[in-house]
Amino acid sequence: MQKILNMVAQRLTLGLLVLFVVSIIIFLGVELLPGDLAEAMLGQSATEETLAAFRKELKLDLPMHTRYLEWLFNILQGDFGKSLANGREISELIETRLSNTLFLALFSAFIAVPLSLTLGVLAAMYRNTFYDRTVNILTLSSISFPEFFIAYILIFVFSINLGWMPSLSNVSPETPLGERLFVSLMPALTLTLVVMAHMMRMTRAAIINLLASPYIEMANLKGLSRARVILRHALPNAWAPIINVVVINLAYLIVGVVIVEVVFVYPGLGQLIVDSVQNRDIPVVQACSLIFAATYILLNLTADILSIISNPRLLHPR
Amino acid sequence: MSEVEIKTALDSADAKAPPPKVNKWDEAMLELKKAPWSAKFGFLVIALYVFAAFFAPLLTPFGESEIVGDSFLPWNETNILGTDNLGRDMLTRLLYGARNTVGIAFVTTCFAFLIGGVAGMLAAILGGWTDQVLSRIVDILMAIPQLIFALLLLTIFGTSIPVLIVIIAILDSTRVFRLARAVSHNVVVTDFVESARLRGESMGWISIREVLPNIMPPLVAEFGLRFCFVFLLISGLSFLGLGLQPPTADWGSMVRDNATLITYGDITPLLPAGAIALLTVGVNFVVDWFLHKTSGLRDGQ
Repeated sequence: MQKILNMVAQRLTLGLLVLFVVSIIIFLGVELLPGDLAEAMLGQSATEETLAAFRKELKLDLPMHTRYLEWLFNILQGDFGKSLANGREISELIETRLSNTLFLALFSAFIAVPLSLTLGVLAAMYRNTFYDRTVNILTLSSISFPEFFIAYILIFVFSINLGWMPSLSNVSPETPLGERLFVSLMPALTLTLVVMAHMMRMTRAAIINLLASPYIEMANLKGLSRARVILRHALPNAWAPIINVVVINLAYLIVGVVIVEVVFVYPGLGQLIVDSVQNRDIPVVQACSLIFAATYILLNLTADILSIISNPRLLHPR
Repeated sequence: MSEVEIKTALDSADAKAPPPKVNKWDEAMLELKKAPWSAKFGFLVIALYVFAAFFAPLLTPFGESEIVGDSFLPWNETNILGTDNLGRDMLTRLLYGARNTVGIAFVTTCFAFLIGGVAGMLAAILGGWTDQVLSRIVDILMAIPQLIFALLLLTIFGTSIPVLIVIIAILDSTRVFRLARAVSHNVVVTDFVESARLRGESMGWISIREVLPNIMPPLVAEFGLRFCFVFLLISGLSFLGLGLQPPTADWGSMVRDNATLITYGDITPLLPAGAIALLTVGVNFVVDWFLHKTSGLRDGQ
């Protein structure tokens, strides 16, 4: 137990360190601008005086490390600064959008995880059958599809031809839960199709790997049914790699939302970052990147810790 | 792995001493004949795209960004797939798109392999501090999601083709680095590398003559996979309006520009997206077959 705690503490520290370095990179990126933020904002025609005044307003006249520490300290208190495009508080812009994005990612995960685990176990059970090969080819193809292709096919079929679903996912904080689930079903399905393949293939591979071990042969020789051997004997030992791949795919979901949100005009963080990149609204891009990166790092860290806990062998690295 | 080593060792021996001449082309053709239908299909698709990319100007009477009629014309005899939002011929843009989108993805992947491969081999051969420093840099770069990092860098440097290529190549080289380092690591500890070191061979000689031939098969397979990722990433960025800029014909931005047609039940905007998907599927099928042939890197059937 002590060892596990040590290991977890070690990973957490490492994760925080990575997060810290990433925040430096995101902050310093702007320093690479030809000229500086003020020049980039005001353009070539700006006079020296306005530039100087603007620099002062953005506190660009202070040394870099002071600005970095202040920026980081403010963010830790939830203050991301102001948008350059419309002067609004960034934290205000982000608040509802972040919860929308998290909602979409969670919704997709609720569909994708059980579905891909079931399909994966089935593929392992009926290995080398027609079902297995079909699923294999289908998943291999679905990884190869760009997200917007899947999204538009769904729109084309379900919104335009069948007319069942709305092609735009407009949600606001007042939207009731039922309607919210309904309008975000299409983006969630798109994301599901994007992440499912990987999870399914890993589940299948993890189980098949185990099927060669002696204790499975023993179970087979005892005359247990195939389903029982796989579900009761193989699956429990396969959890570690499966959990790992599930969490990694959740991390991918958080990033994958960007394109899907743009297609469905879903008011999330992905939309915001894309709009801000187009306007070169640097503070907003920095804030969004930091949030995306932090979520991504935290989820990957979780995957790491979970796999250590579920596989005691990893505690004794050779 | 050992089988692969022997095989590549034999191959390079063949190249030096030709007497028992087995025609490589015939051999490759024979292998191809035995390949499953999915791999054959993949090769066919790739050949088709390469053909379209090279001969685009000969295949269509219109220019890449020539306006040939009204916007959003339906499919007809002169404009087989109709026209786009600015009245440019859709089929022409599709063919030129093969050249631009695929070409840029290919160049980017080559750069990524050059950077990642060299750095990975260096890290494995030199070890020690070089390895530590390079590996930690890669860890940090990989901790930020690729799309988000690309968006951040594109905001800072603006969107132009050279910037796009450099940014994506560097971001993607991290994955190549990991693989190149891992596979070279297995080779560096072998006796033949040790004896080359004792002979006093130079670093360059060891990496090119001893290590590189032995890490080729996994790297080639990885090249296919990385190409797919880069291709999808660039198409995604173009779709967001942040990749290749107009008037360059590009599949991602073609989907974006003509997406309104989908709401009228027209599938034309899906064609460029389908073109992206088809090529990625093709490459994936070929890579899958190649991996099965060369090693057990992926779970077999």
